[in-house]
Amino acid sequence: MRPSHLAALAVLPFLVPAMLSAQSGGLDAQPKRLDDPWRPPVNFVDQNPAPPIPADVTDDRRVARNYPEQPPVIPHNVRDYQITLNNNQCLTCHSRRFTEASQAPMISITHYVDREGQTLGGVAPRRYFCMQCHVPQTVAQPIVPNGFKDIDALLSRPSDGGDRR
Amino acid sequence: MRGRLTALLLDVWRTISSPSRYLSLGFLTLGGFVAGVMFWGGFNTALEVTNTEAFCTSCHEMRDNVYEEMKQTIHFTNRSGVRATCPDCHVPHNWTDKIARKMQASKEVWGKIFGTIDTRDKFVAMRRELAEHEWARLKANNSLECRNCHTADSMDITKQGARAARIHQEYLFTGQRTCIDCHKGIAHRLPDMNGVPPGWSEAASTPR
Repeated sequence: MRPSHLAALAVLPFLVPAMLSAQSGGLDAQPKRLDDPWRPPVNFVDQNPAPPIPADVTDDRRVARNYPEQPPVIPHNVRDYQITLNNNQCLTCHSRRFTEASQAPMISITHYVDREGQTLGGVAPRRYFCMQCHVPQTVAQPIVPNGFKDIDALLSRPSDGGDRR
Repeated sequence: MRGRLTALLLDVWRTISSPSRYLSLGFLTLGGFVAGVMFWGGFNTALEVTNTEAFCTSCHEMRDNVYEEMKQTIHFTNRSGVRATCPDCHVPHNWTDKIARKMQASKEVWGKIFGTIDTRDKFVAMRRELAEHEWARLKANNSLECRNCHTADSMDITKQGARAARIHQEYLFTGQRTCIDCHKGIAHRLPDMNGVPPGWSEAASTPR
């Protein structure tokens, strides 16, 4: 490589931004616009309005689980539900004793088993905090599309006939 | 001693039972009326001052415990901006009942002076008892303070969740239960609820 090539390479980092700024220099009246393939086409100083907080799903309809082990989601409002040392408000409907009056689904029998495999008379301490696993839903659309297929979709996929190339 | 007291009382009685010597009847009636208005206005103003949230939360027992807990709940912050203050739920709005409640509440002044719940630990230890007082009061007056804003007649149960609509029809509209039976702990943290079944459980079915 000749010295002149090296010199050209050396000035390149300074030359390119200078050319870019010279191009956009004519538009001084407007705020500087960043046309960058990695950014959305917005002005750098723009404040985008935050999207509205999506509404809660409170239609009381059970939602199918995506896989058998999925904790069922909560289809009702849970604002101010207290799950404290003193009281677990979820269990006032979902515990075995109260399901007849409340017509709520009973918590699974797995919730009575402690970590040694002993079945207890009530909900096991490790299962006490319902909303560690069971969560309410909103109508928000996922930002990243989800390509998850459940097991039924996988099983009903057409066979490739053993062709594994 | 006894004779002097009797003499004094007799003297007072003689004064108020004899007709006025210098003051005219007009002055006495009108003056009495004006003084009455001023006394009554002053009394009611003082009463209403004790019926404000600022007064309730002026002592740290209320401000640091129950008021702080209430700030999270829908009765303090919500989409429409209507909110309940302490006396809305804890003091009857009707005058006679209000005075009766205020007289009961003089015990709270005693508690304040002698520091019954002046620390968080004392408050937490007393929480079940304090809560039971309020549950009993609301149970006895058929949840009057709830119904000052929420009336069963104005409830559009088609706007409620299916679950809430069914339970309101089954228990509230038939008068089997009152608001507080199910809606405990809606504005404050609950105490240890051992042995307090929810209102819809059959165990709680006490005939009203």
